Amino acid sequence: MANPRVALFVTCLVDLFRPSVGFATVKLLEDAGCAVEVPRQQTCCGQPAYNSGDKADTKAIARQVIEAFEGYDYTVAPSGSCAGMISKHYPALFADDPEWAERAQKLAERTHELVSFLTDVMGVEAVASQFDGAVTYHDSCSGLRELSIHDQPRRLLGSVEGLHLRELPDANVCCGFGGTFCVKYADISDRMVETKITQVIETGADTLLAGDLGCLMNMAGKLQREGAGIQVRHVAEVLAGMTDKPAIGEPSKD
Amino acid sequence: MSGSTTSQFKENAVRQLADVDLRQALTKSKGHFTGGRQNAMDKLPEFDALRDQARDLKDHVLENLDFYLETYEQNVIASGGQVHWARTAKDAQDIVLDICRSVDATSVNKGKSMIGEECDINEALEANGIRAVETDLGEYIIQIRNERPSHIIAPAVHLTKAQVETSFRETHTHLDPDRILEEPPTLLEEARTVLRKKYFEAEVGITGANFLVAETGSSIIVTNEGNGDLSQLLPKVHIVLASIEKVVPTLEDASTFLRVLARSATGQDFSVYTTVSTGPRRSTDPDGPEQYHVILLDNGRTGMLGTEFHEMLRCIRCGACMNHCPVYQSVGGHAYGWVYPGPMGAVLSPSLLGVDEAGHLPNASTFCGRCEEVCPVRIPLPKLMRHWREREFERHLTPRAARTGIRLWAFFAQRPGLYQMATGLQMRLMGWMGRRKGRFSSVPLAKGWTKYRDLPAPEGKTFQQQWAGRK
Ligand code: SF4
Repeated sequence: MANPRVALFVTCLVDLFRPSVGFATVKLLEDAGCAVEVPRQQTCCGQPAYNSGDKADTKAIARQVIEAFEGYDYTVAPSGSCAGMISKHYPALFADDPEWAERAQKLAERTHELVSFLTDVMGVEAVASQFDGAVTYHDSCSGLRELSIHDQPRRLLGSVEGLHLRELPDANVCCGFGGTFCVKYADISDRMVETKITQVIETGADTLLAGDLGCLMNMAGKLQREGAGIQVRHVAEVLAGMTDKPAIGEPSKD
Repeated sequence: MSGSTTSQFKENAVRQLADVDLRQALTKSKGHFTGGRQNAMDKLPEFDALRDQARDLKDHVLENLDFYLETYEQNVIASGGQVHWARTAKDAQDIVLDICRSVDATSVNKGKSMIGEECDINEALEANGIRAVETDLGEYIIQIRNERPSHIIAPAVHLTKAQVETSFRETHTHLDPDRILEEPPTLLEEARTVLRKKYFEAEVGITGANFLVAETGSSIIVTNEGNGDLSQLLPKVHIVLASIEKVVPTLEDASTFLRVLARSATGQDFSVYTTVSTGPRRSTDPDGPEQYHVILLDNGRTGMLGTEFHEMLRCIRCGACMNHCPVYQSVGGHAYGWVYPGPMGAVLSPSLLGVDEAGHLPNASTFCGRCEEVCPVRIPLPKLMRHWREREFERHLTPRAARTGIRLWAFFAQRPGLYQMATGLQMRLMGWMGRRKGRFSSVPLAKGWTKYRDLPAPEGKTFQQQWAGRK
């Protein structure tokens, strides 16, 4: 497909906390030749309800997403977690409802996480951007284990001029975010994120990247609380060359 | 069941998180387990195919559980052994005590058995004046410290070497106080010497079973110390304690599981000792017990068959899920408050103890999915934990504040217009408040977050607002 119509599932966290990730996503998709649209009828993918055991509300939200995103060539989200929710969990939710199961399945097949969509579907091999510095990369759990996203971001980051990637030991171990987990079991989550940022600091990188804003906010918040002086950004910002905005949790320069 | 503190998981966790010895012990063991498994996998290209086989085999057994259990029973009897069915943990205790009394036992050798823990066998024996001697080094260590296992295959993994040394010096007071006890081999040697004498005193030996073989009526245990062999061969009576889902059709099938078990557990190709026992000593055998008993425990397992928790019965107790679980690795096994910790416990304990008691466990997970990734029989542990959360939500067991919060949020999430207006206003306000620092170090409604981390301030206008403006 030369110029697919792509619906952007912006994700609730990007919409509310870091719209610049949304715009970086739009730029990357447009550069790859996609016509991007943003369905108005979107809020969240429903994971907070799903992971709290509230199945009725999850289904209601899922139906709303399916209705809003049907009819596009693809749906793309700058998050492995939300893309995984739609592509792996929606079909299972409607297992006892053939009509919705079919609609969920159709949407699932056309839904992708941003970076893997660029490489695996659009065939992007390099980006034309520049970022001077040593970065390290954390593999967010859902993207890694539900969608097998591992090499794709590393490949594209390798094409960014000036960027040096330092591999993070235990990059595949959870950062302790886990949605509502991080507030419900704050003490345990804290130990997990502490372990994570200790390893981040040991890489000597000056910037930490990942593909999910929830994990990024968790790690950024902890790094800042500890005064580590490491910048945290969504991988899309760096790939799109849109790093003029302050990093996550940093004050604006003016 | 006695001794469970599972309902206090949160408090337990806070206490364990503050334990510096625990942290040191876990940091040390973690790399050993995860690295070991990875190496074992790398060396065996067909590992994933074996996992599929193991999964399918267990599914087949569970579909035909009655058939295989009956076949197993017939073959135990045919080889001269006896089978006892225990519906509950109490039944299992009573059967063990009856057998012990029938031979006037005063001392029992015990090989490692999680079913023994599940049924509080040691407590039952002690209460009846029978001494239980744990022969597994890890079990022995926690026995002299008066603790519970913190891991299903490495019961003393929560302890540092220094802690073990201290306990040995305190307990083995008959030995030279100036002896050198620093290295693990010297600790093992000392335990051996102390224990070996006791092996010969026991009238009864109790072991668990990793597998029960229907075709031959045999039980199989794997150990690294060989202690199981001594516990079961020397005494007059051997009792095997096993739960019903341990049965496998043939010896050949058992070997399929053995090929994934040790690799998943410790990264060994095979455990050091794999012991197959079939019936009591025959006239031609050089040694062996005079009586061979098997106690088959149900304790809630048949109630899981055919439910959404059915797949949990595939578990072969390798411990890989806890070795790879970042929550377990943070809080250690004792925080879980009962016999089964980590992801497998988070699914199994609510089934066996009731979700009212163990409801925290399936909630205390980020669903990172690492447990499912390493499980040799491919149990979808996060999915099963989510099923428990659904049951809790249906039964209104979810804490009121959390429930109200989710329902309120879901109300807005289902009304995009209202949601965008409300969040648009809120983000503008928060963005304005946080514009100087870029983050908040304290937010009244988000204390769970800001207790330990800063909260990044939103940029201001939401994406939706800006997108609408751009067009
Ligand atoms: S659930 Fe799987 S990984 Fe965990 S102990 Fe059981 S078999 Fe091993």
